[in-house]
Amino acid sequence: MAEVTTRTAPPAPVLVEPGTILPGRARGAVPLRREGPSKLTGAARYTDDLVVPGAWYGATIRSTDARARFSALDLDPAFDWSSVVVVTAADIPGENIVSSIKADQPILVPLGGEIQHHAEPLALLAAPDRATLRAARKAVRVRTEPLPPVFDPLESDHVFAAYEIAAGDPSAAFAAADLVLEGEYRVGHQEQLYIENQAMIAVPEDDGGVTVTGSLQCPYYVHSALKLGLGLDDREARVVQAETGGGFGGKEEYPSVVALHASLLAGKAKRPVRMIYDRHEDIAATTKRHPAIVRHRTGVTHDGRLIAQEIEVVMDGGAYCTLTPVVLSRGALHAGGPYRCPNVRIRARATRTNTPPNGAFRGFGAPQVEFAAETHLNRIAEALGLSPLEIRRRNIYQLGDTTPTGQVLRESVAAGEVLERAAEASEFERLRVQRVAAGQDRSGTGTGAASGSALLTGRERFASGVGLALAWHGAGFTGTGEVKLASVAALELTGEGAIRILTASTEMGQGSKTILPQLVAEVLGVPAEWVEAAAQDTAVVPDSGPTVASRTSMVVGGLLIKAAQRLRAEVESATGGSFAATYRDFAHSHGPRRIDQRFEPYPDTAFDDETYRGDAYPAFSWAACVARVDVDLDTGEVLVRDVVAADDVGRVIHPVLAEGQVEGGTLQAVGYATIEEIKLRDGRYLNDRLATYVIPTALDAPRITTILVEAPFSGAPHGAKGLGELPMDVGAPAVVAAIADATGAWITDLPASPERILAALADAPAVAPPRAGASEPAPPPEPGR
Amino acid sequence: MTAYRFAVNGAPVEVDVPGMRRLLDVLREDLALNGTKEGCGEGECGACTVLLDGSPVDSCLVPVCQVDGSAVLTVEGLAVAPTRPGQADGLDELQAAFLVTGGAQCGICTPGMLMAGRAYLDGGGGPDHDAIREAIAGNLCRCTGYTKIVEAIALAAVTNDGDAVR
Repeated sequence: MAEVTTRTAPPAPVLVEPGTILPGRARGAVPLRREGPSKLTGAARYTDDLVVPGAWYGATIRSTDARARFSALDLDPAFDWSSVVVVTAADIPGENIVSSIKADQPILVPLGGEIQHHAEPLALLAAPDRATLRAARKAVRVRTEPLPPVFDPLESDHVFAAYEIAAGDPSAAFAAADLVLEGEYRVGHQEQLYIENQAMIAVPEDDGGVTVTGSLQCPYYVHSALKLGLGLDDREARVVQAETGGGFGGKEEYPSVVALHASLLAGKAKRPVRMIYDRHEDIAATTKRHPAIVRHRTGVTHDGRLIAQEIEVVMDGGAYCTLTPVVLSRGALHAGGPYRCPNVRIRARATRTNTPPNGAFRGFGAPQVEFAAETHLNRIAEALGLSPLEIRRRNIYQLGDTTPTGQVLRESVAAGEVLERAAEASEFERLRVQRVAAGQDRSGTGTGAASGSALLTGRERFASGVGLALAWHGAGFTGTGEVKLASVAALELTGEGAIRILTASTEMGQGSKTILPQLVAEVLGVPAEWVEAAAQDTAVVPDSGPTVASRTSMVVGGLLIKAAQRLRAEVESATGGSFAATYRDFAHSHGPRRIDQRFEPYPDTAFDDETYRGDAYPAFSWAACVARVDVDLDTGEVLVRDVVAADDVGRVIHPVLAEGQVEGGTLQAVGYATIEEIKLRDGRYLNDRLATYVIPTALDAPRITTILVEAPFSGAPHGAKGLGELPMDVGAPAVVAAIADATGAWITDLPASPERILAALADAPAVAPPRAGASEPAPPPEPGR
Repeated sequence: MTAYRFAVNGAPVEVDVPGMRRLLDVLREDLALNGTKEGCGEGECGACTVLLDGSPVDSCLVPVCQVDGSAVLTVEGLAVAPTRPGQADGLDELQAAFLVTGGAQCGICTPGMLMAGRAYLDGGGGPDHDAIREAIAGNLCRCTGYTKIVEAIALAAVTNDGDAVR
């Protein structure tokens, strides 16, 4: 059995001199963030900071229809077009396709073609300065013939992907259940809102190729897109990552579009072109988290054991496929939550609507379904009169349990560990019991939402509550994904005696630039600063796969450790001394040595993509979250006061960076739960500015206590599992449970905005009588019996 | 166009640009100080925060004509030569505290955060977390959840104690 250890990381930072190794909080000492000083002095160069002499400015002409025929592009003859470059689909030298899972998204809609969503790219402009570019944009007129759009994913008959997962005999189990409960949950779009907007600079090369430098997560995704769209070979297309100001999935697939557009303009203008989005364009046009509708029907015994789950997941893919099939796949595989249930039927489908395409965002399908699963389980607990903690203790996965795909959880199962740690540190049961006792006369207080009741002032205006949720997150790519990727990471000992890592794994704030050298240094027995990392440049580094799916520490880190073990053995057997003492001599006498380490399937894992049976993930990470909230009963506003997050990541490589991932992911989840919402009208995002799409500030953010748990995964040489996405899965249901604990009202439709909370309060007689004149009562569906 | 004279990071500068040109563009493009970042261009995110005569402002909302005769401090002006043991080379106490606590992740909000934090410390702000959160409420960060940023400023408030910086 895997050893499980728990560590509460103390904050207590100390000021140290540069290069000093911090006192270890994990195994050994950890280095400071490698690119930290350049970010802290303003020396770090993000894409828009790069000065490229002679570069023009690029812009995108976009549709203002949700669906239409693109009939004409009129260029005002009165305007001086001599110093402006115009690119249309007719200028595309390769295939007019943004390379992705399906070949359905054009780089630019061709004349006569069909516009599928608002803000879809139709044509491109470049000009030597911003003023000319602005004037040129005004001199372009797009003519269209509107077509009837589809906005409701339930109505759409165009299915991007569908999966079914089944285990046992749900029909028989429902018949035998003591209680059957149903619920429907809805979540909307969420914007990644990296603070650096999408940005690319394309420089045409003499050989007809192009070098693109930009803000991106996956150099080789952009590389593939350039090859297909521009008809280039591996060498002619070159992609370099600039310092990247956040990604969160938003720079997984979308940068391909920006890079193609910049390159097309650069090719036609025969000069470099800068394509830097402003915030409005970035929110209006780029991918979001998939909205979803999730329906649960659950059969339980009187003592709270799950015996049957029937789950339907419908995701809104938007107008093009992008990564939707894999987002949906992860959603389907996580839909039941981290609970043992012998009889399960999960049906998931994603459909097309005439809205901007949805895509990758931290969590990748899991936050949507886990919000539904956790909220549903909390409501089951309430219906049975069980504590949310107790119902989980009775159902969580234990070692040896089998998931709905038939995967036997043979190791690294820490659902119980994270649950107990979070509950203990937050004093969950004590707070809950206290609240239940205090809440018995809650109906007597009334609220301002009630018709005719006075607005409350002072302390009684606020209701406090505590909520608990649990999550699992499959580490790395789903199913056979990692095998198909066949990633390669390399370690080089140069002739000059430098140790250099070569990967395409990008730093976007999460810390890969720090921890990958750290892992290699640990194996080689040298200080971390002796290990260099090559730039993420497709002309230099091999394809170690995309920097997504919480896979970098686990998968790429694992490859580098194996490469380092080989390099160390080779050097030490040749020199007879320790690697640290002899590698420079080895390099001088033997010349450069490079070890390419290719991914090999984790032992004893197999998955069938056709039947959805087998080991969906090599391992799962586990997280529990307890949130405390204050709800303003007059305004419906929620303040999330504090959060205790316990996350099992297999092995903590760098405690400071790991805590940073948990804290940041937790706040994104709190935003998702409470304030982040995209409103649409006729397929257009209405709040497509930072003034109207709001994310949490430091005042909105809870105090976050992070507990890092280690249940190592034997398939990775260092035991690490995924971390980045994990906290995103669990925060929202914990906050919503806390709101229910405070008010008695279950919010089933995210975000739990003041409007929804007031509507729910008005409809929850335990708190207040129905509000007269409430325009949208929208009662939360009652658990059926 | 008019010539505007002001000080940036202690050095006098003169720019001959339209008066409504954004201070952000003057810094980044005319003065090649691109440590200051643009996040939204409408005063919501605080990424472009600089200190104008000691007060934090969103440089995307300040026309250069309003800066004439003033002193501007940007992230490039924070770094100082080491003056005491324990001070990281080329980083002031606040920058060093961000490095140690993990207050910078992707780094794009960091210059603005540092300037907001510097104004707070220079105004006599202490290690109280609530006061620090108030001071950086105009600066958005999407990576950190703010926890380690608050810790960094609190740490700097302690190490900075009694040190008259600028």
